[in-house]
Amino acid sequence: MSNWAKGLGLICLAGLGGCQAPDSTSTPTDTRHYGYGQPVSAMELSSWDIDVGPDGAGLPPGRGTADEGEPVYLEQCAACHGEFGEGMGRYPALVGSRESLTTDRPSKTVGSYWPYATTVWDYVNRAMPFGNAQSLTADQVYGITAYILAMNEIIDSDTEMNAQTLPQVRMPNRDGFITATGTDIHAPVCMTDCVQEVKIVSRASDSALARQGE
Amino acid sequence: MTRSKSDKHPEASARRGFLRTSLLGGLAALTAGRSQAEPAPLPVPPWTHHPGAGVGSAPYGQPSSFEKQVIRRFLPWMRATRESSVSFTPLADLHGIITPSGLHFERHHAGVPAIDPAQHLLVIHGLVEQPLKFTLQDLLRYPAVSRVHFIECAGNGALEQRGAQLNKVQYTHGMISSSEWTGVPLRLLLGESGLRKGARWLLAEGADAAAMARSFPLDKALDDALIAYAQNGEMLRPEQGYPLRLVLPGWEGVANVKWLRRIEVGERPWEMREETATYTDLLPSGKARQYTFIQEAKSVITSPSPERPLPGKGAQVIKGLAWSGEGKVKRVDVSFDGGRNWRTARLTGPVLDKSLTRFEIDWDWNGREALLQSRAIDETGYVQPSYRELRAVRGTASMYHNNAIQTWLVHADGEVENVQLG
Ligand code: HEC
Repeated sequence: MSNWAKGLGLICLAGLGGCQAPDSTSTPTDTRHYGYGQPVSAMELSSWDIDVGPDGAGLPPGRGTADEGEPVYLEQCAACHGEFGEGMGRYPALVGSRESLTTDRPSKTVGSYWPYATTVWDYVNRAMPFGNAQSLTADQVYGITAYILAMNEIIDSDTEMNAQTLPQVRMPNRDGFITATGTDIHAPVCMTDCVQEVKIVSRASDSALARQGE
Repeated sequence: MTRSKSDKHPEASARRGFLRTSLLGGLAALTAGRSQAEPAPLPVPPWTHHPGAGVGSAPYGQPSSFEKQVIRRFLPWMRATRESSVSFTPLADLHGIITPSGLHFERHHAGVPAIDPAQHLLVIHGLVEQPLKFTLQDLLRYPAVSRVHFIECAGNGALEQRGAQLNKVQYTHGMISSSEWTGVPLRLLLGESGLRKGARWLLAEGADAAAMARSFPLDKALDDALIAYAQNGEMLRPEQGYPLRLVLPGWEGVANVKWLRRIEVGERPWEMREETATYTDLLPSGKARQYTFIQEAKSVITSPSPERPLPGKGAQVIKGLAWSGEGKVKRVDVSFDGGRNWRTARLTGPVLDKSLTRFEIDWDWNGREALLQSRAIDETGYVQPSYRELRAVRGTASMYHNNAIQTWLVHADGEVENVQLG
């Protein structure tokens, strides 16, 4: 633990997210206070504080069903992501590929890979539609999120999504993630006669990608 | 020739005399072998006769016009749009451990915003005693820290994980760059706001049209995280986050949020799209490793490389780059026979924490095919893995954090090809 962490009166344990502020609030003891920042109010922050957590914290009031979201999706999203979320050209698909994660060509979509439904709401709200981000109303984002979930057969087309129901949605790949702690690779150090056979198994000159050129 | 102090010392002077004679003898033998005719005097070019451009002709200086090929490059077919895409640093053309700011690789998710610093703020809120907002001018008043660190995209080398693909070190490894970053330690600003009970994770968010957002643990914030406003002595380049970016030394590029406008303190990670749907490492089991922040030890030979073929057989100086997100590079080994035998290279310095490090090794090339590799070992003892070792654990679909050993096949004509070994 750094001296700074001690200065802030923190308690640190091994592993990710190991430091935690203690029960009593703390003020740094070994740092000088400069006071150049200005207080900022919750009202001021409201337009920027848009994040939504996996527990639903940060979801605003509002509601929508897939049936209500469909026309908005078709107008604002389908040009890039396809009418059925299949993805146009190189734009990402939003639907399908369940059971593909253990295959040779896994495909990561909202339905096959995303662990939390709240992330769909957060991402569409902060970054989509591409080219005109943060232009949708809360009701529209609830409706579109419901529509994407329904296309993935995770909810029914008339199930209402709101700040209470959305965090309850259990995504198919909810248990698909392991938090990394330390390295997973332990290579040996060998200096002489380290490998038996040296064989070239792939070459850039054979690669289709390399032929696409620059 | 001017006289130097050593002329007063007979011993040194005698040694120099010997060196001079043997050098001259060697040169004479060489020229004699090459041509019979007496060579013409060396030319005196026009720039030696006439003055060049006056001061102020280039208020912001540019590289020589003879260096036009040294540019970032991108592959149009790689991504759906140029706004969410990547351009690569020309590693084979660079020297030392600092990447010129204009050649720092780019990875944007919604283009490069043109931010007016007068309209930009950094806010710190959440589990803090006093939520605060800072202008750039406010931040410039704090004590400044400058440190040299690399930033590497987690996707550097992603295309190569299934097999050798692209025949340029610029494309296989060019999503890494290294700069001197100047800014305010984040822990200092958290000291200004104070922390409340339960504070454990932070969210960093950009002001770009992707509103890029990533969670990171408080430990890192209190360790070496920097709110950077400058890069290599000047304000950040727009492509690197002007006017503010988060620098999390040694951690995957995407977490070094550019155009930084907001830091929220909370109890748990936010599970943002860029830490769930993307930037997670899918394993053969179908499970994915998440919050794989650290860019583990890696290295690559930049000369020779596909861009730098060998000019002919004989004495060569092999040159390359090594780095580790966990600290200093301790050692780099080089193999000329596809990993069968290794020799330790010299680190030419400076060797800094979580920074690009230069290595070199001498090699006499006999003109036959050779398989060149480099392997970095960092101060924690971590050893850069071969593709075989990496794939044994991660398979071929994990995409991110590919730090496997690169193999260059040197053909008999000196051309160099990107290959992988079984
Ligand atoms: C102009 C094309 C375009 C439009 C219109 C568009 N998107 Fe996107 N969308 C993109 C691109 C490009 C990305 C990938 C961005 C990146 O690389 O980070 C993306 C990513 C996404 C993703 C994440 C996919 C994944 O698996 O990571 C979701 C979800 C999404 N868009 C939803 C929407 C919704 C909902 C709308 C309509 C409100 C919409 N998009 C409109 C281009 C578009």
